[in-house]
Amino acid sequence: MKWPAIMLAVLLCLAGGEFPFFGTTTVRAEYADIVINRQSDKNGMRPVVFPHWFHRIRFRCKVCHAELGFKMRAGTNEITMTEIIEGRFCGACHNNDIAWSPERCDLCHSGKPGLPTGVYGGHETSGPGRW
Amino acid sequence: MAGQWLPLAKDGVHDPRSPAVKQLQQPRDALSKLTPDSAGNQVRWVQSLDKGEISPREKLNPKTEVRKLDRDIILDVNGGMPAVRFPHRQHTEWLDCSNCHDGIFKMRTGETKISMFLILQGEQCGICHGAVAFPLTECMRCHSIPKQAGQKPEIPAGINPLIHRPAASAP
Repeated sequence: MKWPAIMLAVLLCLAGGEFPFFGTTTVRAEYADIVINRQSDKNGMRPVVFPHWFHRIRFRCKVCHAELGFKMRAGTNEITMTEIIEGRFCGACHNNDIAWSPERCDLCHSGKPGLPTGVYGGHETSGPGRW
Repeated sequence: MAGQWLPLAKDGVHDPRSPAVKQLQQPRDALSKLTPDSAGNQVRWVQSLDKGEISPREKLNPKTEVRKLDRDIILDVNGGMPAVRFPHRQHTEWLDCSNCHDGIFKMRTGETKISMFLILQGEQCGICHGAVAFPLTECMRCHSIPKQAGQKPEIPAGINPLIHRPAASAP
C-alpha cells in the first residue's frame, strides 16, 4: 500500500508548478525571468537566470532586442561564452565597464541545475499559450 | 497580490546554494519603489517610465538612431468586445520599429490578420504580452474602445487613429 501514496506525493509535487495549491515546489520566479540552459548543464555550470525586471530599469527593450540582436523568443538565441567574452550579446555590457565582467561566472550562472530554458514567472498565465 | 516579491533564494529558479543569491539585487528592493500594478512584475512600467521613476538607456552605440512614433491604431473586432487601441507612443518608448515591423506585423495598417488565438499561443502581441509586458489577463487595457456589436467603435475625442478593420466573421 506504500507505492500509491508515494506516487500520489510525486504527482502532487509535479503538479505544484501548474497548480500552486498542491505541493510545495512551486516556481514563483519574478515575471519574465528567463532561464538560459542551452549550454550550461552540459558544461557543468548552473543555468543562467536573466531577470528582465532588473535590466529594464536600466535599459529599454530596444537596446538588447534591436542593437544587440537578441531575438524575442526565449531559447532561440545561440549565445556562447566565446561571443560574450568578445563583446557580443551579454558581453556588450558585461565587460567590467558597464556591468561585471564574464569572469564572475556565478553571478549569472545562478539557476537551479536542470531547469529547462524558457520564460518563467507568469503570475497569472504562466506565459503565452500555457493557460 | 500586490507587493509579493519573493527573495531570490526562494523564487524557485535561483539555486539557493549559489553565491549570487546573497549578492544580486532583490526584486523587492527595486520594484517596491515603482508605480504599483496588480499583475506581472507588479509594476506599471509605462507609467514608471513616463513619471521618470526610471530612466533606462535608449542605446549603447552613440550612432544608433532612436526612433519613436506617436500614432494610435484602433483595431476593430468582430462582435461586441471593445475594440483595441494600440498606442505606438508607449511601445516605441521601449521598442524599436524593427522589433515588430516587418516581421511580426506588416507595416501597413490592416494588412496583418490579428488573432486572439495566436496571441494566446504566444504569437503576435503575445510574444511580449504574457511573457514580459502586462499579461493577457488584463483584457481591458487593450480592449478599451467601446462599441456595439455590428457598429463602428466609438473613437474618443482627442485621438486621430488609423483604423484596422477585422477579418470577416467565419460563416
